[in-house]
Amino acid sequence: MQKETGPGDNDRENLLVALKRAQEKQGYIKDEFVTELADSLNVGIAEAYGVATFYSFLSKKPLGRNVIRVCRSLPCYLEDSRMIVKTISDELGISPGETTPDARFSLELTNCIGACDQAPAMLVNHDLHGNLTPEKISQILKEYK
Amino acid sequence: MAEERVVLKNCGVIDPGNISTFLEQDGFRALEKARKEMSPEQVIEEIKASGLRGRGGAGFPCGLKWEMARQAPGDSKYVICNADEGEVGTFKDRHILQNDPFTLIEGIVLAAYAIGAEQAYIYLREEYHYLLELVQGAINQAREKGLLGAVNIDVREGAGAYVCGEESALMESIEGKRGEVRYKPPFPPTSGLWAQPTTINNVETLMNVPRIILNGASWFNQMGTERSQGTKVFSVSGDVAWPGVYELVMGSQLSELVVGLAGAEKVKMVQIGGATGRIIPSSMLDTPLSFESILGAGAITVFNESRDTMEIVYRTMEFLAEESCGKCTPCREGTEVMVNIMEAFYRGEARESDIGLLEELSRVMAVSALCGLGQAAPIPVTDTLQYFRSDYEERIKQKQSGAVK
Repeated sequence: MQKETGPGDNDRENLLVALKRAQEKQGYIKDEFVTELADSLNVGIAEAYGVATFYSFLSKKPLGRNVIRVCRSLPCYLEDSRMIVKTISDELGISPGETTPDARFSLELTNCIGACDQAPAMLVNHDLHGNLTPEKISQILKEYK
Repeated sequence: MAEERVVLKNCGVIDPGNISTFLEQDGFRALEKARKEMSPEQVIEEIKASGLRGRGGAGFPCGLKWEMARQAPGDSKYVICNADEGEVGTFKDRHILQNDPFTLIEGIVLAAYAIGAEQAYIYLREEYHYLLELVQGAINQAREKGLLGAVNIDVREGAGAYVCGEESALMESIEGKRGEVRYKPPFPPTSGLWAQPTTINNVETLMNVPRIILNGASWFNQMGTERSQGTKVFSVSGDVAWPGVYELVMGSQLSELVVGLAGAEKVKMVQIGGATGRIIPSSMLDTPLSFESILGAGAITVFNESRDTMEIVYRTMEFLAEESCGKCTPCREGTEVMVNIMEAFYRGEARESDIGLLEELSRVMAVSALCGLGQAAPIPVTDTLQYFRSDYEERIKQKQSGAVK
């Protein structure tokens, strides 16, 4: 029988795990959630808020249903990652840091995603897309509703 | 060519989703050998004798780390595998996890046997969430076959933070906290995760362990140089014809890798070890890749003659400023100031005094920052000032003559 592997619900170490779950479910982390979580784990609100704002994949503002993260680190930059941002901006009408009015997409820039051999690359939600061209990007965007 | 497949031996050979294909090779034989024929102390001795050093960049002797953790008093001990490769230009661990998660698991269980741990963690970066299913599947298969014994392996995911690849920040993150660096000492082997004795090893380091146990330390340490035994796995990207993952015997020349294997042409400079790595000019392509020389975690980014030095350093510094955890002042503020100065150089708005300012700031950060990130953050600046100083001076002159774009 498999041993129970995750931290218990009320353990201090559950803070980041719980924040990640909330992010996954609700698309962002609400202030009220941070307060309640801090209370249930018996940690200070400041500490819980500190964790919620430390990590780049946790967001304090609402994101779209699909989050595009374009790699802006050097290896992708050398392969013209600016083209990705421009193509997506033209197609969706949003700049990095913005969300489409229908909440279908958010566009973010991110640091190295470890796909430099497939540069330029981006993540859409948890999916990796590499060797991007404008045509490929248009096709990919259609896959996400 | 000094290509040699030690770490990548099974990549492309086995089915990473099916443990039977791994067992058909020599999968889990090293663990079987260790359990039947070797005491934990003998495993540690073998690793020490092999000369295996940490592949995450720091190069600490693996056997020594394990010995310290084994001997340290503690209620429970932990093994952590650092799969948080966030260094710019690094993707070798992704390649390994995608192609051979089983050897890694065998290495983790061997580490646990050696130090006396029953709990191990793989800290996987959030950016690699798409690998979680495969890695978890591999763990489950090994468990079902009874190969893990009493060792429990959990995967803990990051949430997007470069600094969490630093071992103390990584432990903070597993404990559910902000990924801020800890003051050292104490070091993890005596006081690590939840203040218990802990070993933290890079994916690639642990991949070497089963090979060493099965084939013996003397098989391993005949490869490489005097102080860098074995092979190194490199991630090559940038201005090359064939970006990808390559494994070479330690001490191989940089040119073998970037020109011979990856097909680079008209090289201007090579950044070795990512954002905080060394930058060397094309005249030094005969540099050997080893701990004695230059190595890092094996990220190799190639820039050709069309690239602007100022822009490369500016963008590198921008990355470091953003990823600084903010705990210590030299790194938090120093990287910000460097971004501003490098932006001025990039835009042709820098003054002559800025070079002196960069040099002074670099010296202060190198000696006063809390962790490796801050201490090494000035390297892109100091290396380019050493090898490409004229590029800085040129940009200042262009400003004076009004020739800047």
